Amino acid sequence: MSTATATHDGDHHDHGPAKGLMRWITTTNHKDIGTLYLLFALIMFFIGGAMALVIRAELFQPGMQVVDPQFFNSMTTVHALLMIFGAVMPAFTGLANWLIPMQIGAPDMALPRMNNFSFWILPFAFTLLLSTFFMSGGGPAGGWTLYPPLSLQMGDGFPFMIFAIHLAGISSIMGSINVIVTILNMRAPGMTLMKMPLFVWTWLITAYLLIATMPVLAGAVTMLLTDKFAGTSFFSAAGGGDPVMYQHIFWFFGHPEVYILILPAFGIISAIVPTFARKPLFGYSSMVYATASIAFLSFIVWAHHMFTVGMPVVGELFFMYATMMIAVPTGVKIFNWVSTMWKGSMTFETPMLFAIGFIMMFTIGGFSGLMLAIAPADFQYHDTYFVVAHFHYVLVTGAVYSIMAAAYFWLPKWTGNMYDEKLGRIHFWISTISVNVLFFPQHFLGLAGMPRRIPDYAVQFADWNMISSIGGFVFGLSQLMFVWIIFKTIRGGEKATDEVWEGAKGLEWTLSSPPPYHSFNVAPEVK
Amino acid sequence: MVMLSRKWLKLLLGALGFYAGAASADYSLLNMTQGVTETSRAVYDLHMIIFWVCVVIGIVVFGAMIYSIINHRKSKGFKAAQFHESTTMEIVWTVIPIVILVSMAIPATKVLLAMEDTSDADMTIKVTGIQWKWKYDYIDGEAEGVSFVSSLHPDHNEARLLGVDADLERFEDTYLLEVDNPLVVPTGQKIRFLLTAADVIHAWWVPELGWKKDAIPGFINEGWTYIEEPGVYRGQCAELCGKDHGFMPIVVVAKSPSDYKAWVAEQKGAAALADASAGREWTKDELMVKGEAVYKTNCAACHLPNGAGVPPAFPALAGSPIAIGDAAAHIDMVMNGKSGTAMAAYKGILNDVDMAAVITYERNAWGNSASVVQPAEIKAKR
Ligand code: HEC
Ligand SMILES: [Cu+2]
Repeated sequence: MSTATATHDGDHHDHGPAKGLMRWITTTNHKDIGTLYLLFALIMFFIGGAMALVIRAELFQPGMQVVDPQFFNSMTTVHALLMIFGAVMPAFTGLANWLIPMQIGAPDMALPRMNNFSFWILPFAFTLLLSTFFMSGGGPAGGWTLYPPLSLQMGDGFPFMIFAIHLAGISSIMGSINVIVTILNMRAPGMTLMKMPLFVWTWLITAYLLIATMPVLAGAVTMLLTDKFAGTSFFSAAGGGDPVMYQHIFWFFGHPEVYILILPAFGIISAIVPTFARKPLFGYSSMVYATASIAFLSFIVWAHHMFTVGMPVVGELFFMYATMMIAVPTGVKIFNWVSTMWKGSMTFETPMLFAIGFIMMFTIGGFSGLMLAIAPADFQYHDTYFVVAHFHYVLVTGAVYSIMAAAYFWLPKWTGNMYDEKLGRIHFWISTISVNVLFFPQHFLGLAGMPRRIPDYAVQFADWNMISSIGGFVFGLSQLMFVWIIFKTIRGGEKATDEVWEGAKGLEWTLSSPPPYHSFNVAPEVK
Repeated sequence: MVMLSRKWLKLLLGALGFYAGAASADYSLLNMTQGVTETSRAVYDLHMIIFWVCVVIGIVVFGAMIYSIINHRKSKGFKAAQFHESTTMEIVWTVIPIVILVSMAIPATKVLLAMEDTSDADMTIKVTGIQWKWKYDYIDGEAEGVSFVSSLHPDHNEARLLGVDADLERFEDTYLLEVDNPLVVPTGQKIRFLLTAADVIHAWWVPELGWKKDAIPGFINEGWTYIEEPGVYRGQCAELCGKDHGFMPIVVVAKSPSDYKAWVAEQKGAAALADASAGREWTKDELMVKGEAVYKTNCAACHLPNGAGVPPAFPALAGSPIAIGDAAAHIDMVMNGKSGTAMAAYKGILNDVDMAAVITYERNAWGNSASVVQPAEIKAKR
């Protein structure tokens, strides 16, 4: 294990970052850009979270108390758009920026200027999206899926929203190209594909999914734009089009998208569990194959979001069977993590707590997903709170938990300081209790017949909604702790060693904490 | 200011749990209804099977995890084993789930095929979703020709517009689940539904019948039901359809064949009366009275009861150039709607009298003053 200083003894001069604000605007450094992405994601997480709290405040009691129905609809719509495109995806891209060069033994990302550009598009995209709230007609309120004809009823903000989506899509595509080029060209000597850390693997596959599907979304929303302004009728039956065609195109993007939101999480968990179990990952190659099969299957299951649109029964059967199949590689992942823990020598620092929380609660989301795959039962579940519970278990206690786990896991490496372990654990426990109070009752509400996306409801749904809202407020506010812990860690704290964690394995742990501005100026040798 | 502070006070009290205790609120609402049809029971059974499958897998997986968390910890001095990679294990945990899934897929396929088989129906009802109400047309059978619009009951509509001051207790468990004109169907008949929409996509869902299906503008979807017991079954629109998506309930009243016959006769009598009246000349006052009622149920959601609209999304009708201008343009707007906007074509929704009345009302309410439109003029334009 060579130390970082050794790598810098060569004739290459390590220069530090530029000073002041310009450092952040002009930076081409993977760590700076990673930090910008993570910070941006955190801000979006709080704006999107505030919108969720407006939703939960209105649903606290039956009757209309807080907002009007149109604004309520724009809250559900923009909450989703911000959390998916503004928080989770940029957070993963931020982690990719920070970690991929350090994990494959490269000095930086392959395309640093594009890297800068792909980040700096995002603040403009989301400012544009949020600015629609101040335009005549208000923000988007037709659901994040933008189904026509409803989405076409939006006011003046419509073209701005479409443009914002295009920008975010361009940013993702550029980020993905960068990830692929970096991974395929800049690995240290000896690091074959099958020796790459799983986070690198899952991101490589995610990047391909992004490149394959983002243009499809761009096409779909462009067709919406021309339907609205150029007199085309792609999605209007009156002109020979079909509104359901939009849904097919959208979900052809949208289903791979949900794996875009979870595959990097699988990579993170596969790094954390072996570290704290002090035991190698049980089945590395089967994890790689499982990820690849999930990615492949994700392209042929899209219509399970559309079981109620009236497909031919053969189509319904196909999508039901294909969707059920996804349970197999997903199961392989869970079994592998559990086998990795089995007979390990485990400790439970905050990253491990979040990772275990992830495995358990993601599995619960997986179970409800399996239930939703059964088409006849989906006729009852579809568009109810059962679905809302399902995707929040996979996205909040799945994707978001993995991001928090990653933050605690790598923060000492990034900053050189240990975070406050006690606060980290408190953050975990408050989050985990409140998130279940928030989302578990939503299963009951959905099964009992409460549709999603409604601002008011029959009184028999009152109790569980109130419980859920209380959970929501506690969960939302407890995330301020997360910000505080990060802030404190950046400012100082107990110094972290280079290895940070006793069981940590991988190139990033051979660098100093914090690592040098350019990660590996001399490529390490991987045996 | 007083309004505002009272609103927050009530919310606060609610938060403290003093004010909330709705009499009919219910923690025992936990599971899917078994419903009242063979289909809904089959769906419920599938739901319970897959649920228990998940529970069993969950016990095994979480059990192993928890056992390991308790015993295999460093603090207990447990030394890490270093085993990894086992093709046998990987095959085992690939094959077992496949077997479970196949055994799930078989009953699911059977139920699905039965649900999609709409052949041999005894009668057909066309359901049209409209922002934010449902229209029902009885296509054949005894009630052939009967047709009406069903929207949120006015009392409930008023209550939800009141905000914090609404007394919801009096509705018991029907708040927002009550309509002015329920869909009436006979028991013991296979009823086929044809679902479509006039403006955006809606979804017709009554949990106790066991399914929902999208109502899509320009397309027709099919579904069916066979209700055994008379009763009142409630549901609501399940696909986001704009501002008042949450206020678009469905009530199905299943009547015994003899009660159903009586209901049909009553409807037909009323329709005949309306038909006869469509031919005659109406006075302005008659049209205004009728028009106000039609306006309230059909138009006020967007254009507001006082005709002020919610510009720019929904234009004001008070003082609108169309509402006080040439009658032909006004009639055209209401009959044919305006494609690409929320203004739907009402020609398939309102009959001649209602159409003439609502147009006359719009032309002469809220300070507007313009010509009267007679049912005969509408008839001529169809
Ligand atoms: C779902 C919302 C909605 C409902 C319900 C609705 N309208 Fe409209 N209406 C609109 C919109 C939106 C427009 C503007 C169309 C345009 O862009 O020209 C409009 C326009 C009109 C206009 C023309 C006003 C003007 O000055 O341009 C008339 C007249 C009108 N509606 C009558 C009616 C009547 C009568 C009913 C009930 C039978 C009704 N509307 C129900 C949304 C609605
Ligand atoms: Cu609807």
